[in-house]
Amino acid sequence: MPAYRPPRIPSSEITPEAVWTRRRELLKGMLLAPALLAGCSRESEAEAAAAAPEAEPEWGRPLSATTGSPYSTREAPTRARDATTYNNYYEFGTDKADPARTSGKFKSEPWSVEIAGEAEVTGTFTLEDILKPHTLEERIYRLRCVEAWSMVIPWIGIPLGDLLKRFKPTSKARYVAFTTVERRGEMPGLRYPVLDWPYREGLRIDEAMHPLAILAVGLYGRTLPPQNGAPLRLVVPWKYGFKSIKSIVRIDFTEKQPATSWNLSASEEYGFYANVNPDVSHPRWSQATERRIAGDGFNLFGNRLKTLPFNGYAEQVGSLYAGLDLRRNY
Amino acid sequence: MAARRDAIAWSKPFVFAAALAPLALLVLDSVRGTLGPDPVAQLEHATGAWALRFLLATLALTPLRRATGWPGWIRYRRMLGLFAFFYATLHLVVYVVVDLGGFWSQLLGEIAKKPYITAGVLAWLILVPLAVTSTRGMMRRLGRRWQALHKLVYIAGLAAVLHYLWQVKWGETIAVVEPLVYTGVFLVLMAARVPAWLRARRAAA
Repeated sequence: MPAYRPPRIPSSEITPEAVWTRRRELLKGMLLAPALLAGCSRESEAEAAAAAPEAEPEWGRPLSATTGSPYSTREAPTRARDATTYNNYYEFGTDKADPARTSGKFKSEPWSVEIAGEAEVTGTFTLEDILKPHTLEERIYRLRCVEAWSMVIPWIGIPLGDLLKRFKPTSKARYVAFTTVERRGEMPGLRYPVLDWPYREGLRIDEAMHPLAILAVGLYGRTLPPQNGAPLRLVVPWKYGFKSIKSIVRIDFTEKQPATSWNLSASEEYGFYANVNPDVSHPRWSQATERRIAGDGFNLFGNRLKTLPFNGYAEQVGSLYAGLDLRRNY
Repeated sequence: MAARRDAIAWSKPFVFAAALAPLALLVLDSVRGTLGPDPVAQLEHATGAWALRFLLATLALTPLRRATGWPGWIRYRRMLGLFAFFYATLHLVVYVVVDLGGFWSQLLGEIAKKPYITAGVLAWLILVPLAVTSTRGMMRRLGRRWQALHKLVYIAGLAAVLHYLWQVKWGETIAVVEPLVYTGVFLVLMAARVPAWLRARRAAA
């Protein structure tokens, strides 16, 4: 693996803070101008002020983690409320509001993960065993959904590679496969054959060992709520969101490329690699740009951004794909 | 008969106000910032859905007249049709100005390459001449050709449901339900016209 080089932050990514913090005001001023003329600005402002303070988070427990990772972006995080109420987690329903609403029965404690396949150490491990030797780190990553929206989320987790090495994968371990829990009684979406349950995902072993890939146990300083994949999920920030499998119960070291859920469902639309790539359109929509879920209440304008190759992590992960035709291996 | 006509005329301002209610709610939610985490997607979805609902309501009036024998239904047709065009235009404006804002080169590529955008743009383009020729004066001026021109609404309806169907993830059985319901309603309204068309053809032959 190449030695770690801190990511260079392109100057285009850095907005002067004063401009950044005032951008909504400027836009809002423009939009409310007609209302001002009509003499009802006072009311609107009062309402906006009332809506502004962020509600106290209602999920999980606080988690402490080391901050200031050189891998973290300095972009403004999405509001916690939006990141925890706008989720694609079809085991809880296909509407983005469903997972937060229908996951109340989900039990993420106790939790254990089965480690299997081409490794010297296999078996079932409790979540505590899994996490014990590691230090929790905060990683603020961009998350780019294949549906062309994106968020910035402060995850808390451990480098995936550090964990995988503990199981001593053999030379036959060329891929790592992950499986999501499947509990009909707790996950109402499983009643519908939307996908071939349980949800499965996979990475090439060198992708899995990359220091950007993490297993997250929390976000916004707290443990993961069910709708975000409690208690343990993958986060692979240079790939479309569906690769970052949630609520993991099984990790398998395999010799052959594992089957993955969306690829099984529509292989011409969702590839195994699923690296964020503005030059390769989804068959039905462009991936050239994305809409950022910026989230401070009033966010109608100026949220469309250019999508970057590998979601802006090309410098870190580009070398993993040297010689690979990214148009064919989408 | 005269009293009934008055009742229709009297009811029209209420229908008009009711048809503006979805817009009022969207404006209120936009200003209050209560459209949800992805407000632009919500605006696009809501304006598109209302355009389609008004279009289907417009297409329902002729079958309703035949089924009930009450000719009054037809007097709401222009207003509902114009509201379909109104919400379709809002839908397009939200997409082009609010959503794509500044990334218009992408739009040209998408119109040509993405079938669902092509279908949506086609539906809107068809509605333009129908809206323009919806006045009494235009009806008179175009005479028989007016009828022929306004048959294009069937193509607009088909393009509109395709526009919706084409963009859902087909893996998601449940997400497909809503566009399928609209498509089903559209097909039922089209099927309801078949007997009259057949009768007309037989009469002509």
